[in-house]
Amino acid sequence: MTAPHRSGQPDVLQVRGIACRRGVALLFSGLDFEVAGGELLCVRGPNGCGKTTLLRCVTGLTRPDDGAVLWKGVSTRTDALAMHAGMAFSGHLPGLKDDLSAEENLEFALRLRGATVSVEQRREALAAVGLEKRRRLPARRLSAGQRRRIGLARLSLDPAELWVLDEPLTALDDAGQALFIEFLDRHLARGGLALAATHHRLAPPSGVVRELRLG
Amino acid sequence: MSRDLQLAWRHPDEAVLTVAFFALVASLFPLGIGAEPQLLARIGPGVIWVGALLAAFLALPGLFAADYADGSLEQMTLSPHPALGWASGKIAAHWIVSGLPLTVLSPLIGLQYGLTPDTLAVEAASLLVGTPVLSLLGGACAALALGARGGGMLLALLALPLFVPILIFGAGAAEAQATGLSPAPHLSLLGAGLIASAVGLPWAVGAAVRIAVD
Amino acid sequence: MNWFYFSSPSTFYGLAGRLAPPSFILAAVLAAAGLYLGLGVAPTDAQQGAVYRVIFIHVPTAWMSMFLYFVMACYCALTLVFNTRLSAMMARAIAPTGAMFTFVALWTGAFWGRPTWGTYWVWDARLTSELVLLFLYFGYMALANAFEDPRRGDRASALLAIIGVVNLPIIYFSVQWWNTLHQGSSVSFKGTSMHVTMLAGMLVMSFSAWMYAIGATLVRVRAVILERERRAQWVRDLGAA
Repeated sequence: MTAPHRSGQPDVLQVRGIACRRGVALLFSGLDFEVAGGELLCVRGPNGCGKTTLLRCVTGLTRPDDGAVLWKGVSTRTDALAMHAGMAFSGHLPGLKDDLSAEENLEFALRLRGATVSVEQRREALAAVGLEKRRRLPARRLSAGQRRRIGLARLSLDPAELWVLDEPLTALDDAGQALFIEFLDRHLARGGLALAATHHRLAPPSGVVRELRLG
Repeated sequence: MSRDLQLAWRHPDEAVLTVAFFALVASLFPLGIGAEPQLLARIGPGVIWVGALLAAFLALPGLFAADYADGSLEQMTLSPHPALGWASGKIAAHWIVSGLPLTVLSPLIGLQYGLTPDTLAVEAASLLVGTPVLSLLGGACAALALGARGGGMLLALLALPLFVPILIFGAGAAEAQATGLSPAPHLSLLGAGLIASAVGLPWAVGAAVRIAVD
Repeated sequence: MNWFYFSSPSTFYGLAGRLAPPSFILAAVLAAAGLYLGLGVAPTDAQQGAVYRVIFIHVPTAWMSMFLYFVMACYCALTLVFNTRLSAMMARAIAPTGAMFTFVALWTGAFWGRPTWGTYWVWDARLTSELVLLFLYFGYMALANAFEDPRRGDRASALLAIIGVVNLPIIYFSVQWWNTLHQGSSVSFKGTSMHVTMLAGMLVMSFSAWMYAIGATLVRVRAVILERERRAQWVRDLGAA
């Protein structure tokens, strides 16, 4: 199912025999995989095959019907908070408040993640994604791509080891996509790991890219 | 919690609307029933409580709906903080913009009904203890009804029956005071309810949110 | 005996099918006996006259309304803790029967109240809390069916049912905690304040109600199982046979 070459680092995330049904339809069952530091695992497959559901099962948002997720060898059923502390999730929904500015959104999102980040770091991150002039605008006045860029700034400041990304390139222009690849590459080079559902071919220069096909 | 308060601060009209609704409902009764002073003093405590309950109820759908729609709830569920913390925080923020203003305003409405000063004090005290229970119970129901068909009606069916005991004890306290009895038993029952729900319900809210984002 | 054998919907479907008819038969026999004792044999009450005979329906249904809620909440707790499928289906199957008993208890109470208290309804603690119980059943059923994904309905309504459990002791002890119009219980473990045939009639009626509840729940849970498992092979085999 997955390409044989690995990063050689120990497995941080292990998924064992996971199964999920939606209504009466079985999406997947008996799925096993593991992700180690420096690795990016891309989940691929046609629309509706359960990519998003698989990601949500791994994060713990959705309760799988069978199987277990192990974070550093400990089942998330015994200790979900340990995994949540080391994981950043970026889903279809941005988690942004329209009434708050880009800067405030970033501040609250990071505080929720338990990260201590200085004002300068926040401004730097917003500048890196090209939002320095718009950081005081309420999020409702930003375009879809600009809102995704706030998410990128959040990822870049989040100390999480694992990134779980659902269609991370949606609504981003070419420059934004390049920026994302750059961030992802830096994350993998630092020994981080990532799990992404995407239709695009992600090829960060450093790091091992593996694939998981569904459906 | 501070985020919720900041959001509410940016749009104070919602909190103002809650309070305005409360004042309006309370003033409809004298117009509908007639402004006989004895009658008003008799029904005052109950009317104020019903008004506060309805106002608190109307503020419920906004408690989680926006966070549910924009994905903030997902991020909260996945945060490294235990659900107990942020669930209590959100409910506390909700109470500060709904229950607390109602409590503060209640003596003013009570004056319109010709309630005596000590009845006013007991009424405000019962609201102070009772409205947090309403926020806790209502918060749990609002979280359960997220994403369900039937929206507001369903929420009413879930929350209002659970509000009934709080209404009985809350209005009972002021009424006992007005009729010369001790309000202490009612108030202590309300207090017991507050402690029990403060212990148990934030957990239930967390569990309900987890079910909702599933 | 392996209990997990019957926790699978497919095996429980068969078991429920075998248990339901005897439950109904037993319920009918007990109801006939209970009504005979209650309406024929038991003496007329000195104070209340023949009106009191409504208790042979009223008391058993009121007991069952609370007991069924408790059983339902237990199944709901199982659902939330162990994520079992059958327990959620059982809870869903119990709710309508529980609501029916609650309604009958309120209804018969009103008929008894009219000649005895001079009114169909008073806002007394027990009546009010029993009414709240009826709305809890309604709320449970509405919430369970309000979601696209039935499993989500299962879990949300399970949590609601568990929150609602606090109402049960309020109903049960309301006549002791508050001075209410509703009379206190005549039956207790220390001895009863009623004629032995009255007691016998009431107990027999209670068992009848119990058996009916079991039968109705089993029939309903079979329908729920079929609906949920309609894609499963064993249900298709059932249809083919």
